Amino acid sequence: MSDVMIEARDLTKQYGPVYALRDVSFEVRKGEVLGFLGPNGAGKTTTMKILTCFIAPTSGTAKVNGADVFEDSMAVRNAIGYLPESTPLYTEMLVLEYLQFVAEMRGFKGTEARKRIKKAVEQTSLGDVIAKEIRALSKGFKQRVGLAQALVHEPPVLILDEPMSGLDPNQAAEIRDLIRELGRERTVILSTHDLAEVQLTCDRVLIISKGRLVADDTPEELRERTGKANFAVTFAREGADAKALRDAIGGVPGVASVKQKDTADADELVYLVRPKGGEDLRASLFRAAVDGGFTLLGLERRAEGLDKVFRDLTTTEAAPIESGRDAKIAEAKAKAEARKAAASDVASDADEGDASADESDASDDEEQG
Amino acid sequence: MSTTRTIAGRQFRSYFNGPVAYIVICTVLVVLGFLFWETFFLYKRATMREMFRFLGLINYFAVPALTMGLLAEEKRSGTIELLITMPVKDSQVIIGKFLGVLGLYAVLVALTIPYVFSVASLGDLDWGPVFSSYLGLFLQGGALLALGLMMSSFTDNQIIAFFGALALSVFFFLVDKFLPLMPAALADFLEFIAFDAHFESLRRGVIAVRDVLYFLTVGGLALAVAFRALEKRRWS
Repeated sequence: MSDVMIEARDLTKQYGPVYALRDVSFEVRKGEVLGFLGPNGAGKTTTMKILTCFIAPTSGTAKVNGADVFEDSMAVRNAIGYLPESTPLYTEMLVLEYLQFVAEMRGFKGTEARKRIKKAVEQTSLGDVIAKEIRALSKGFKQRVGLAQALVHEPPVLILDEPMSGLDPNQAAEIRDLIRELGRERTVILSTHDLAEVQLTCDRVLIISKGRLVADDTPEELRERTGKANFAVTFAREGADAKALRDAIGGVPGVASVKQKDTADADELVYLVRPKGGEDLRASLFRAAVDGGFTLLGLERRAEGLDKVFRDLTTTEAAPIESGRDAKIAEAKAKAEARKAAASDVASDADEGDASADESDASDDEEQG
Repeated sequence: MSTTRTIAGRQFRSYFNGPVAYIVICTVLVVLGFLFWETFFLYKRATMREMFRFLGLINYFAVPALTMGLLAEEKRSGTIELLITMPVKDSQVIIGKFLGVLGLYAVLVALTIPYVFSVASLGDLDWGPVFSSYLGLFLQGGALLALGLMMSSFTDNQIIAFFGALALSVFFFLVDKFLPLMPAALADFLEFIAFDAHFESLRRGVIAVRDVLYFLTVGGLALAVAFRALEKRRWS
């Protein structure tokens, strides 16, 4: 038996003339934490509802733990722990009462049920609130009850729809740790539109936009794909010939494009330089500046954040990717080429790097190099 | 089967976790007690017929209040998604829900039993019609519950489910009340589909197959439609 736990092939869901999902294919392996990323209404929830047998796809097939969602729906349901969006629970019940109900629905009775409930309660640290009504719990605890509910039957697959939404940062961190913990021996799919969340929690990211899959990569790969590092070079304006400067930088080997950036400081000239590959151009840029006799005030290497990638992928007219990895890479390359050609608008909003990509902006950077 | 029972049990208990069950049961008993005992002593006869008639009438209005939340509330809050993605068939969900509310209805009906013994202590009560009337109450009430569940499966709004079920109840109640105004051919049909006519013969102590089958058919059809409505989410 292979270690592919979830296999979706050409999933399409149509509501009347509207496609909620279009030819989405992906695989999730054992022990992977997969992030489903996309704007609201992109099709994340629809995909999850198909995998959990809540709705049927218009066409395409999906298998969970080797069982088809159509033909062997009960086996799929037994293999999945599901937490729907906004954590719907029977709020008038006590936590314990509710977990007992879930255990019973899952076919466990007596000591077996008690053992499993106990384990789920321990995993989610619900011990203190077990005798409380669910409606009296904080959002973070409700979320834990939702997770406990999904864990009672110890499923190999967890599907969590927006598990972190609406939580305060502390609660979110706790839930995140919990998911990471659970993801060690399980396959987890979680959806979110929070990019930081994906970087912190997931091994792999699927980005979905307008019902189509537009990316399937690790967070790092994804950032590299479009968000190659670029360089912000700041010169003193005084005595510098802008055109000569530009030519000098443009002449550095490995430079793909140079774009002048608007700056608040009238004494500075700032250029954004995109490299052809992933190489570090700082040394050659420095040398070019010295050779040309320009006064270099700052030189900085910056990585684009995932949210830039996300915006690019979900707002452009993205073509669907093939399921083979080679095709994906080829397509990524093609996309990168296209982006180079249209580097102008990339440069103008490239300064919105995310938290992990060292919070700096060309316009307020310190003197370097 | 055990899943069905689990769903039914949860549904039944949930009524008592909230106010609905208490409100409906209290209201029904107060109204019934008033209507029944107010005129009881005028008849100078130890008979339960009037009580069953009143309870049959009250059912048309009370049952929609019991059924309105069955599926509508689960859909509104989203709990239906958790319920349905458990290893359970849609049909089990419908049957479980129905049995849960039927259990509550049984409690309601059982609370009228003290009246029967009160009357029996006052005179010589004919027990035959009492039993057939209780059977009639379960058949008529069951059909109404199924219709209410059906309306609840159409919407995620309890109020709409309530008034929809009320409209259906009132329809089956009123449909034979204007027979003299109807053309003869239509009148026969309308009389046949009216709830009261079938309940009436059961109340008199006649257990006829056609009456029993009629209520079972209406209830069964309503549950089947509710099942289709629940299942529809999958394909729409």
